[in-house]
Amino acid sequence: MRRIFPHPVLMFGLALLWLILQQQISAGQIVLGLLIGFGASFITARLELDGLIVRRPWVLLTLIVVVIIDIARSNAAVAWLAMSPRGPQSAGFMHVPLTTRNRTILAFLAMIITATPGTVWVEFDEETGDLLVHVLDLIDVDEWVDIITNRYERRLIEIFE
Amino acid sequence: MSDLPLWGSIAFAILVIGGATLTLLGCIGMLRFPSFYARIHAPTLGTSFGMVGIVLASALYFTLIQGRPVLHEILLVVFIIVTTPVTLMLLSRAALHRDRSEGDETVPLPNLHPKDPPPTPGE
Repeated sequence: MRRIFPHPVLMFGLALLWLILQQQISAGQIVLGLLIGFGASFITARLELDGLIVRRPWVLLTLIVVVIIDIARSNAAVAWLAMSPRGPQSAGFMHVPLTTRNRTILAFLAMIITATPGTVWVEFDEETGDLLVHVLDLIDVDEWVDIITNRYERRLIEIFE
Repeated sequence: MSDLPLWGSIAFAILVIGGATLTLLGCIGMLRFPSFYARIHAPTLGTSFGMVGIVLASALYFTLIQGRPVLHEILLVVFIIVTTPVTLMLLSRAALHRDRSEGDETVPLPNLHPKDPPPTPGE
């Protein structure tokens, strides 16, 4: 089965994407979408991606809610900084020690950190697990490290490992 | 706009204006912030809730006008969230590489591993 369907989640995801883009559900479109998904998942198998298996869906839901709240809060914070006459006073780099080397988890972590205004993923050292992040409002380094490792990374590990 | 219900018009207007305002503030921040690394944060306002506001407004408007769910805008949210890290990482790492090779002491030094050769300044 693995040989014929290397990435079943990706295949059905792409089929769903195709149906949403076509904005119609008919037998022909479903078959076409599945064919596209099948072909694409075959090609991506060559990339040797780590599989994507959601082991704890409820943790994923919690994480999504937590991230949306954090993004809303930091949107307000950065918008405020853009308007304030003084601008950012405490921008700086910080190092975050990560425990995971799983590329799926790292990709999701990068999306969370980048989608949150005020934090940018700069550099990750796979050997030491050291992640360099630039933060616009770097007042308490420990608090930021705690947010990234305990709030995001720990939950991502729970979800995918 | 005439066959849009009042609540729809109000929700649509709030979403469009909110999203556009956030994107505008992101652009203002990009102009005003002092350093490259600070400026790189500002446009993420437009790629997070700024984008979400405009996308939701579009989905709501066309759903109400056409009388059927129009949801393919939601894909934009997914694509933008997935692709933004690539650009931002590329930009910030390029800037970091430039600053390091110019010997700028305000940026963190690269992690040195025992097997790596020592860095040559001015490279």
